[in-house]
Amino acid sequence: MKIAVCVKEVPDAGPGRRMDPGTMRLDRSGERSLNSYDLNAVEEALRLKEAAGEGEVVLVSMGQEKALESIRKALAMGADRAVLISDEGAAGSDLVATSYVLAKALEREAPQLVLFGQSAQDSDGAVLWASVAERLKLPMVSQISELEVAGGQITAKRQTEFGYDRIQSPLPAVLAVADSLNEPRYPSLKGIMGAKKKPQDVVKLADLGVEADRAGQAGSRTTVSALNPPPSRGDTVKIEDDGTGAQKIMAFLVERKFA
Amino acid sequence: MSTLVFLEHHGDAIQKGSLGLLSKAASLDPDTSAVVIGSGVSGLASQAAAYGAAKVFIADDASLEAPLPQPRVDVIAALVQANGFDNVLFGASVLASDVAGGLSARLDAGLNWDLSDLAVEGGALVGKRSALGDTIVADVGWTSTPRLALVRSGSFEPAERSGAGAVESAAVSLQEFSGKATMLDQAHETASGPSIEEADILVTGGRGLGSPEAFAKLEELAAALGGAVASTRAVVDSGWYPYPTQIGQTGKTVAPKLYIGAGVSGAIQHKVGMQSSQTIVAVNKDANAPIFDFSDFGVVGDLHEVIPALTALVKERKG
Ligand SMILES: Cc1cc2nc3c(=O)[nH]c(=O)nc-3n(C[C@H](O)[C@H](O)[C@H](O)COP(=O)(O)OP(=O)(O)OC[C@H]3O[C@@H](n4cnc5c(N)ncnc54)[C@H](O)[C@@H]3O)c2cc1C
Ligand SMILES: Nc1ncnc2c1ncn2[C@@H]1O[C@H](COP(=O)(O)O)[C@@H](O)[C@H]1O
Repeated sequence: MKIAVCVKEVPDAGPGRRMDPGTMRLDRSGERSLNSYDLNAVEEALRLKEAAGEGEVVLVSMGQEKALESIRKALAMGADRAVLISDEGAAGSDLVATSYVLAKALEREAPQLVLFGQSAQDSDGAVLWASVAERLKLPMVSQISELEVAGGQITAKRQTEFGYDRIQSPLPAVLAVADSLNEPRYPSLKGIMGAKKKPQDVVKLADLGVEADRAGQAGSRTTVSALNPPPSRGDTVKIEDDGTGAQKIMAFLVERKFA
Repeated sequence: MSTLVFLEHHGDAIQKGSLGLLSKAASLDPDTSAVVIGSGVSGLASQAAAYGAAKVFIADDASLEAPLPQPRVDVIAALVQANGFDNVLFGASVLASDVAGGLSARLDAGLNWDLSDLAVEGGALVGKRSALGDTIVADVGWTSTPRLALVRSGSFEPAERSGAGAVESAAVSLQEFSGKATMLDQAHETASGPSIEEADILVTGGRGLGSPEAFAKLEELAAALGGAVASTRAVVDSGWYPYPTQIGQTGKTVAPKLYIGAGVSGAIQHKVGMQSSQTIVAVNKDANAPIFDFSDFGVVGDLHEVIPALTALVKERKG
């Protein structure tokens, strides 16, 4: 079975993460890594391939060329190869443009399964799979916390606001997995050594037949016009536990009359 | 301007978030319609009219019984094409997000999510969007119509206002791929014991506990403080703790006097369910965990040491 996994490089959380007030886009110049939720999708793809005893796991990503450094982590875990769509003309793509470009790349791969992580930690969108499935005209199931693949179909359990649904779908299908589905493996030393040599195809929009006005800002339908600080929560205190952490919490609780 | 609001229902009730959004939309645009999609849902039209809908579209068909997104994209896309709505609004939920994402691709229509407010400026819709874990609030807009928006649940309280409420049935014609995913078992809320929504003090456990057994440590602390134990989706999905104790976007919204998080990262979908807590305390071994950004008191440390020590101190003080 051929499985495509959509992965994204994101800026690390923490004080360095910010929007660039000039471009109104995310500042991608700081420390970056693979969106950790996508590791669950990679892990699931590897397990499905291992269980089937055959198949291929292809990573598909859109991002800057330097994103290959992050994508290699998933290759080191065991994915077979990567396709990175990297093009100046794709910068600033919103959902409409991103889903169009990714769908073009996925059409070319024609996998049996397309897996997504539960959300990208820089966009918090948790919607991209729905747009991609629509463009590929494939069935789609999101928020998967248990997955079974057998006999050309998938059965999935997922959480909604009301508890757990169980949904079935034939293959090929587009799936988004929750971070509770599995525990991503650590790459082995051998995996890390071998990752660099695995095929890493950097493609341009034109290679995929994406028209210039379908990607980047030209292909996007949303704008950001201003950035404001959120309402402040007041003072926050953060201390390192040096063995007295519990006492310090206790003092705080006593001061606030909780204990 | 004309606006369509997607009304999500469960059983016989339209979701409160959808009704809140409908009343907000009707206050911004008198030409606001609503759509209810399901099987045997004709009776829900009157609920929609009471919150300001000028028109209520009903798509009632056996093929729409299960709350699955793709058939709903077909219904709404046809409505937008026939009526030329400028805005299509959704109250965020698992279902609505998937519908909105599909519709965005079907119509090549821009979608803004995580909106906490909507306004009309110069005849066009604009939104307030919390981004980067709520460290920034962006003003967002659209460059074409229809403008699609997902609004954070709880952003608007339902307010009764009279709408003409003319009922019209919507055409149901599904794409071949839309019906491929099928529901085997649909979730239904089950009544449970004492609700975490009632507790003044909540001790919340996340995946950092490492095992279901470790919840005992939190139960002991909660008992000493006179509170209850709550959880994150990660531990509920893993079967470590029951679903009714889950805080967050697909769980409960709580506002206790004191929230203590242990091994909780503070993901945005968790935060939206507990950010109104009066006082927030966090124990997490990762100094970069997002929860520290919105905690009043944070300890970077191992919960397996800090929590039992804290429990002992609370017990000692209470004698
Ligand atoms: C549509 C959607 C809806 C969602 N709805 C919800 C929802 O309703 N509720 C919800 O909670 N989530 C929800 N989520 C999931 C959410 O994104 C996170 O995945 C989830 O909240 C993570 O749970 P966690 O904090 O327990 O686990 P993790 O994110 O894995 O965090 C565990 C934390 O424990 C810390 N830790 C580990 N060991 C220790 C130790 N020994 N001592 C101290 N700290 C330790 C780690 O540093 C880490 O920060 C939703 C996601 C989506 C996409
Ligand atoms: N630029 C991208 N390239 C490839 N996959 C992506 C990209 N952005 C998001 N994804 C995938 O889509 C999922 C959801 O992203 P989002 O809807 O942006 O939260 C992520 O977990 C990834 O699997």
